[in-house]
Amino acid sequence: MYTFSNRLKIASFILMAVGLIGIAVGFISAPSTVEEAKAIVASHDAHGDSHATESHGAVDAHNTHEAVNAHGAGHSSSHDEHLLHQLQNKPWAALYVAAFFFMMIALGVLAFYAIQRAAQAGWSPLLFRVMEGITSYLVPGGIIVFVILVLSVMHMNHLFVWMDADVVAHDHLLQGKKGYLNPIFFLIRAAIFLAGWILYREYSRKLSLKQDESNDDSNFKLNFRISAGFLVFYLISESIMSWDWIMSVDPHWFSTLFGWYVFASMFVSGITVIALVTIYLKSKGHLEDVNDSHIHDLAKFMFGISVFWTYLWFSQFMLIWYSDIPEEVTYYVTRIQDFKLPFFGMIVMNFLFPVLLLMNSDYKRVNWFVVMAGVVILAGHYLDIFNMIMPSTVGDQWFIGIPEIGAVLFFAGLFIFWVFRALSNAPLQPKRNPFIEESRHFHY
Amino acid sequence: MASKVIHAYYNDDEVLMHAVKKVKAAKHHIEEVFCPFPVHGLDKAMGLEPTRLAITAFLYGCVGISVATLMMNYIMIEDWPQDIGGKPSFSYIENMPAFVPIMFELTVFFAAHLMVITFYLRSRLWPFKKAENPDVRTTDDLFLMEIEIHENESELRELLAESGAVEINISEKNSH
Repeated sequence: MYTFSNRLKIASFILMAVGLIGIAVGFISAPSTVEEAKAIVASHDAHGDSHATESHGAVDAHNTHEAVNAHGAGHSSSHDEHLLHQLQNKPWAALYVAAFFFMMIALGVLAFYAIQRAAQAGWSPLLFRVMEGITSYLVPGGIIVFVILVLSVMHMNHLFVWMDADVVAHDHLLQGKKGYLNPIFFLIRAAIFLAGWILYREYSRKLSLKQDESNDDSNFKLNFRISAGFLVFYLISESIMSWDWIMSVDPHWFSTLFGWYVFASMFVSGITVIALVTIYLKSKGHLEDVNDSHIHDLAKFMFGISVFWTYLWFSQFMLIWYSDIPEEVTYYVTRIQDFKLPFFGMIVMNFLFPVLLLMNSDYKRVNWFVVMAGVVILAGHYLDIFNMIMPSTVGDQWFIGIPEIGAVLFFAGLFIFWVFRALSNAPLQPKRNPFIEESRHFHY
Repeated sequence: MASKVIHAYYNDDEVLMHAVKKVKAAKHHIEEVFCPFPVHGLDKAMGLEPTRLAITAFLYGCVGISVATLMMNYIMIEDWPQDIGGKPSFSYIENMPAFVPIMFELTVFFAAHLMVITFYLRSRLWPFKKAENPDVRTTDDLFLMEIEIHENESELRELLAESGAVEINISEKNSH
């Protein structure tokens, strides 16, 4: 039985406290008038950053297009107002990216767990309690994301431009999408998806614990069946969720493989966190039966899904680059012009680094190697979500500063607190899983 | 030169793995193990050197990506310049995303095919070659461990019987 050590608990509280301060600083320093917004940008430009003004001019066309749509006013005043909205969005976007990122880890682990259950995998039952601990974060994490979405619908922020009735009134394309992209239906979908995921998580966990005490395999079999059913629901809901919660921040743009792309990101982040938590627990003397072969298998998944992510990233990029249709290609134009470092840095972190580090079979069994690769993969996939949300919410005003890091620290603290509290609630090793012997003797 | 070898038969890969470890622990040299299918970890248990096939695969992959680059550059840029996706830049690097699938496929193609051919050459396999395995049953359901005998027949026989062998034979072998 694992007990949540006081040191880790205090560390998680410190992370949350520091993170809260960062989030608060972000909201307080956001401008409330056009004059303040101009002053902030002017003070940045005064540093002699010629690059900023240069790229500013380049995206002007794109910005103006949206701004005119939104306000129908003259060029310079609408541009200033647009700038104000971007700066006001900044703390919200920082909060949303971090909230989504940690929720996504729990959801990715839930999918991995359901696959292990549905496939009746023999190697992984020793890790089921670790996975169940991580998925417990889906409850607070999902609810926080839902609250942010509700606040967006209530016009507390301008993350989702299509929620603004004024914008839709002047935008022919958005009027055409109104049947799907409207606030009420949006929230209903979000509620259904979250309810479905949380329901499966809680029910499967209950059956998993009941299996330990029972004297037949009925709970195990039922868990197998609901997991297979859940995967069908998950594939559909995850895809729609990615359109709703991420793709719709840029409502003119669409990509048909976006659901898969977000799935690859959450899957690899989730598997990485399973490996990190497992290695941590092992280093504290728990999970005695988990051997290097289990870590090796997780690292193989980290390697493989990193390549899979790159495959989808490139497929999306190449098709849009090739066809060069204006309404599609703006997505990459803004990213390559204003987000050069995070955009290309992310490919190095999510593809080159794991490929080079985890290519060798023996390195996948070296725990500190897996930890090092895992930290880079997680940072890379945070950047991935950052690159999805920021360009259309804050534009060229992005920066990874106090609000962004604060939000990450806060949710990291909450994640650690919630996950390890859940891990301490039940024995770390399932007793009566029919495959537990196979998992214990697992090699290669 | 003919030498005497002992053949121990096993009917399970797990039992075989334990037997190999046991024989190695008793400091006997295992000549060869014949299996109907690849057994994970057997090379490590037998103390074989790591394969160098992976290095050749990397080199063949480099050849593949170079061939793809030169080929696409000749076909699409130099010989008959193509306007790719409405971007008539006629530069390889600016059109590179369009060539990535070909570069990837040829890397895999070269690495895979040349690696298989290398493996055949290295294992001295060619069409119509006579099989080297001492017993046809190793292509069906039996695993066979071959150990050379140096006046320790009874000791080996006892050790192998203990390790779970289902059959033990002695035979003459002509070393190549």
